[in-house]
Amino acid sequence: MEIIKTETHYNFIRMMKPAVILSLAVIIIGIASLIWHRGPNYGIDFAGGTLIQIKFQNETPTDKIRAAFKSIGFEGSVIQNYGPKEVIVRTAESGTDAKGLTSRVDEALGAAFGKRAYEVRRVEMVGPKVGRDLTRKAILAIIFSWIGILIYVGVRFEFRYALGGIIALVHDVLVTITFLSLFDKEFDLNIVAALLTIIGYSINDTIVIFDRIRENARKNTRQSLNDVINASVNQTLSRTILTSLTVFMVLVVLFFFGGAVIHDFTFALLVGTIAGVYSTVFIASPIVLLFEKIKPTGLKRKK
Amino acid sequence: MFKSIKIRTAITILLCLAALVYLAPSLTSDLPETWKKYLPTDRIHLGLDLQGGMHLVLEVETAKAVESTLERTANDLKENLMENRVRFKLHERTKEKNVTFEFPDTASREAFDKILANQYPDLEVASSQAVDGRGMASLKIKDKRAAEIKKMAVEQSLETIRNRVDQFGISEPEIIPQGVDRIIVQLPGVKDTTRAKNLIGRTALLEFKLVDEEHSLDEALKGNVPEGSVVVNESRMDRTSGRRSEIPLLLKNRTLMTGEVLESAKVQIGDRFGEPHVSLKFNAQGAKDFDRITGENVKKRLAIVLDGVIHSAPVIQERISGGQAQITGSFTMEEATDLAIVLRAGALPAPVIILEERTVGPSLGQDSIDKGTWASIIAGILVLLFMIIYYRLTGVVSDVALAMNMLLLLGVMVAFKATLTLPGIAGIALTIGMAVDANVLINERIREELRLGKTPRAAIEAGYTKAFLTIFDSNVTTLVAALFLFGFGTGPVKGFAVTLTIGIVVSMFTAIFVTRIIFDHFVWNRKIARISI
Repeated sequence: MEIIKTETHYNFIRMMKPAVILSLAVIIIGIASLIWHRGPNYGIDFAGGTLIQIKFQNETPTDKIRAAFKSIGFEGSVIQNYGPKEVIVRTAESGTDAKGLTSRVDEALGAAFGKRAYEVRRVEMVGPKVGRDLTRKAILAIIFSWIGILIYVGVRFEFRYALGGIIALVHDVLVTITFLSLFDKEFDLNIVAALLTIIGYSINDTIVIFDRIRENARKNTRQSLNDVINASVNQTLSRTILTSLTVFMVLVVLFFFGGAVIHDFTFALLVGTIAGVYSTVFIASPIVLLFEKIKPTGLKRKK
Repeated sequence: MFKSIKIRTAITILLCLAALVYLAPSLTSDLPETWKKYLPTDRIHLGLDLQGGMHLVLEVETAKAVESTLERTANDLKENLMENRVRFKLHERTKEKNVTFEFPDTASREAFDKILANQYPDLEVASSQAVDGRGMASLKIKDKRAAEIKKMAVEQSLETIRNRVDQFGISEPEIIPQGVDRIIVQLPGVKDTTRAKNLIGRTALLEFKLVDEEHSLDEALKGNVPEGSVVVNESRMDRTSGRRSEIPLLLKNRTLMTGEVLESAKVQIGDRFGEPHVSLKFNAQGAKDFDRITGENVKKRLAIVLDGVIHSAPVIQERISGGQAQITGSFTMEEATDLAIVLRAGALPAPVIILEERTVGPSLGQDSIDKGTWASIIAGILVLLFMIIYYRLTGVVSDVALAMNMLLLLGVMVAFKATLTLPGIAGIALTIGMAVDANVLINERIREELRLGKTPRAAIEAGYTKAFLTIFDSNVTTLVAALFLFGFGTGPVKGFAVTLTIGIVVSMFTAIFVTRIIFDHFVWNRKIARISI
């Protein structure tokens, strides 16, 4: 079976302008959405606070839970349905003393519903200090991964390739953040993991095309870089689509069957993979060409 | 690389066998005895998010350890000065947490300087000034010493917490230092998290102090606390209602004894009400001190203070020799057990605060395992089918590589004692999706070479050679990202980075090395006119 029958001859370079405009539009929408939502919707990992997941024996409406929380001054917390008979409670508070918040919640629920009517399945408490640390570490991890990739690609290929690759990666991260913000998803550690995975995956894709460009450029020195890039993207097109398809397939399955805990994580990956393929084809390679126009390399090439 | 198909096949089979040996204990629990003797029995290590348990990040408030050292040394110095008849006045501690002495004349100041220099190597004068002809000297702990105290406080806290957890009886706890003053505590499978936190986070500073019966408590409560005394609450439990109440008492500031001189502490059941209490046994020094203290203070009340709360303040009826004492205070059995544990393990040198807590109940963990495993299996089958439909027989070759990839990935995880987390399971599923990439690259190359009219053997040769560098470069860049993910991550995220990293490395092996063997086997041994690709 073949998705793409024989060699294709799409002119990807000519599609560069509309592609860049589309990407910029998406990113601008993302920035607008971030402003509208007053910054990213930070989860407790970064903002600090407490999350408690409770499963009840019977259907328990949230306003009853809220009423139960009144005795401990928790009625203002966010109570969210999380599957049948299950809720997630979030508060900005983080108890740093040993007894803390969990036992107070436990007492309040026990008094209202009885000890056996519910089960606390998950507690996550992050103090503001750790939240700040994690935020710093997350940003550093993303930036350093960019720098690490920049150096590796710069050494193995040329610097302009590295730049093209990095711009594509920044693009993927920004597009993913855009969609996360539009769908009001929460930013937590898992999302950062997803972003780093997207970076790793998207650069993988990009390198395959760069590799082909390098190979073709050596083979046909008389061809213009424009044509070389076009030919290379076309030659690797079936592979790009195929690999993305298998990864996408896996992610869709994880998204629907993987359970609620990794739901947002796979959502981010889904968006990121699409952005990754898009940027690989339409952004990364044309940028190499752009840098060639600004500062031509020593290679003798017909313009 | 290796020309001989036989050698390459042998390497592959050996690796697969090794992986199977490592995986067997995770798959079945009844292994033969001989296996248990000679072969690995470690099961795949599940993260706290899968098996349930508690993850805590604690911070040792090391500054408080320095403060209390300063306070103790300053008290000692104060008594020393009094003994040497040096005239001075001690000021309340200032905001900078220094201790300030005031001297009426230069002679006292000189005497003070001499004593300080000779007997208190840890202290230094932070600032000295003259106010209205009176010399003032602020003391602080020397910076170098303070750093030592802080370091010691963390080490000692680590040790103490380790002791407490060990005595609490949790299997495979992990207690490791992080950064300068943090401690990570991981307790797999712990059920009563509140109790565990209480046990770990409690300072457990036990002090014996006399009740100040010369001054009026009412006066003190109005704000006129007499010098050398302090108001402390006593916690009492009403036997009938079970409600706790706090009653203030006026205590002498001076600590007569601390929990440091304890030899052991254990729970005993009282004769009268069948109530549990904690009986203490002092070491030789402690027994001597206790004998002296009780002897000097007969008919006075001695308060037993734990972490700033009075547990009981009985009247000393007679001198107590033998080095035994009891803490009563209407405990439940559980409370008494835990109190005995923390007293035996010793006090924390400084208070700890919980910076981060993540607890997953066992039922949620099982849910995650089930869902994650099912999703991975479905995803795996889809990819396998897809490869066969798309590449036919060559797809089968890729699928063999993929199956081997899974086997090796899990085997390596067990062998390296890596932790499997829920995002880690997602990582495995993702590896399935990404591992075929290498095969897709190779297969597409072979197709291209075939289109150029090459023979199957030449096309395969060219396909592998040309695809190799691409696969290598693209995977190394992905590894770069995975490594940063590993460095950044904690717990579940780290587990994800681990599976992703191992997955990438293993997939390079199976996709390039293993599939080549299969191809070579068919192409070398038989004259094949066309490949099913």
